[in-house]
Amino acid sequence: MFWADPINTIYKSWMTGLTSLGLSGSLAQVLLYLLGIILIISGAMVLDIMLVWVERKVVARFQGRLGPNRVGPFGLFQPFPDIIKLIIKEDTTPKGADKFVFNLAPILSLASVIFLWAIIPLAHNIYGVDLNVALLYLVAAGALGTLSVIMAGWSSNNKYALLGAFRQVAAMISFEVPMIVALLIPVIFTGSLSMNTISSFQADNYWLVLVSPLGALLFLIAAIAELGRSPFDLNEGESEIVSGYHIEYSGMKFGLFYAGELLHAFTFGGFVSILFFGGWDGPFAEQFPILGVFYFLIKAMIGYWVIMWIKYTVPRIRIDHMLMFNWKFLTPVAFALLIVTAVVHPLLIGLNNWVYVASMFLINVILGWVIVEFLRSKSKKERAAAETVSVSAAHSHS
Amino acid sequence: MEASQIIFILSAILILSSAVLVTTSKNLVHAALWLISTLFGVAILYVLLDAGFLAVVQVVVYIGAIAIMFIFAVMLTRRELLDTSEQINKSWPMAAGVAALLMVALGALLAKWDGLFKLPAPMAEGVDPIQSLGIALTSPDLFVLPFEVASVLLLAALLGAVYVAMDKK
Repeated sequence: MFWADPINTIYKSWMTGLTSLGLSGSLAQVLLYLLGIILIISGAMVLDIMLVWVERKVVARFQGRLGPNRVGPFGLFQPFPDIIKLIIKEDTTPKGADKFVFNLAPILSLASVIFLWAIIPLAHNIYGVDLNVALLYLVAAGALGTLSVIMAGWSSNNKYALLGAFRQVAAMISFEVPMIVALLIPVIFTGSLSMNTISSFQADNYWLVLVSPLGALLFLIAAIAELGRSPFDLNEGESEIVSGYHIEYSGMKFGLFYAGELLHAFTFGGFVSILFFGGWDGPFAEQFPILGVFYFLIKAMIGYWVIMWIKYTVPRIRIDHMLMFNWKFLTPVAFALLIVTAVVHPLLIGLNNWVYVASMFLINVILGWVIVEFLRSKSKKERAAAETVSVSAAHSHS
Repeated sequence: MEASQIIFILSAILILSSAVLVTTSKNLVHAALWLISTLFGVAILYVLLDAGFLAVVQVVVYIGAIAIMFIFAVMLTRRELLDTSEQINKSWPMAAGVAALLMVALGALLAKWDGLFKLPAPMAEGVDPIQSLGIALTSPDLFVLPFEVASVLLLAALLGAVYVAMDKK
């Protein structure tokens, strides 16, 4: 009983315990829900502490270093000295800063990530809330994250901070378009905006990455841009605007931004897994939901690893290139994929499952191939044009 | 008192007090931030009414797009970012008169309405509001025409924006 539905079992036994103590039913319910919220938030935060170690260790491997290896086995306890350092640092506020907004921004930044954990289905019966508009909720929480960046950039009274905030907003507003379009693709297949329905559909049928690999790729790219991670880390731009919107923050306030960024990346790894890789789906996940949580965390960690892999491999993109990449490439491709999926999916759905999956996969591959071929011929022409210009310029000089 | 009533009163206080602060704060960016808090309070009211879709759209559109655009406009059009400005001009007595009149009229209307102190009726079992909304927006018997007209309007606005921003050679 407990292993089949742990949360409900605990809820029922505590509910009877609390009401036998003389609490009214509704008050006990509010208390238990509050406890659940605190549990989810603390779970996410404890995970976040370990993500500091994961991030530092992985980046060290990518750069041919060892990474933290002094405190504890494999440097596993490194985050704790880091936290102590952040706490005992002097808390500085720049002159002319807008104190209230300045202090609110890091809290809002972390909160916008923690909001996301409300809708994550950790297993088929372990989740915060089964929202029927969860995909839109995801976008709304991102909007609050953007707001926190603007608030930090404006209130710091620092031009670099403000520049970073401006860039972030330009990136967020433009990459929201392909992201929402990519989010619509799981909706077409499952007929629902709810994360729980999307992941249980995949557990019953097939993982959506098989029928829409291009959609998964588009969502990953848009998610990286939403996170403001390299190659889209223009908001921080360490070599030009030092570190952008959080340049004036010290101590734990900076820590909140940093923790928010790491948890955000991990959470989006989780969303990639929920939307396209089955979420909690795996062997025996239905019978033992705890196993589902384990599968989900593993998949989210792999998604997070891919995001890190991209971050530490590719250099930063220039802002005009980024906007061009978004509006002239990503958005049209996303819309093309959406249209093709919306038309082909209802035509093929009656077929045998395997034939259906194989043909959807093939269509995605063909679409991707056509796009790449088109881009190659276009860039060839552009390169040829640029070469003739430089050749004629060299002639006119001589 | 029920939990939904407590939440309603708290969010009403949030909405009204931040709406007052929108008009009284001298700093334009502060006014925009208080406006965001007002709009967020309205989103809470939508949640109380079981209109989850409207609540989320309220946050996405008003906080994620419009309020951020306000802040952008303020930041880009003012020379000083900590600039303050006059809040009232000389026609304020007239505006105050119109507002007072409207408030009296609304109060009179509400006094005649018998639903003022009632709780909202619970939603019917087995109704998925977002599914009903989707059917309503695409069904020919319901709102497909207004929906399409609104889409065409948005498309026209999009084309207009592209035309205005286009580099004419």
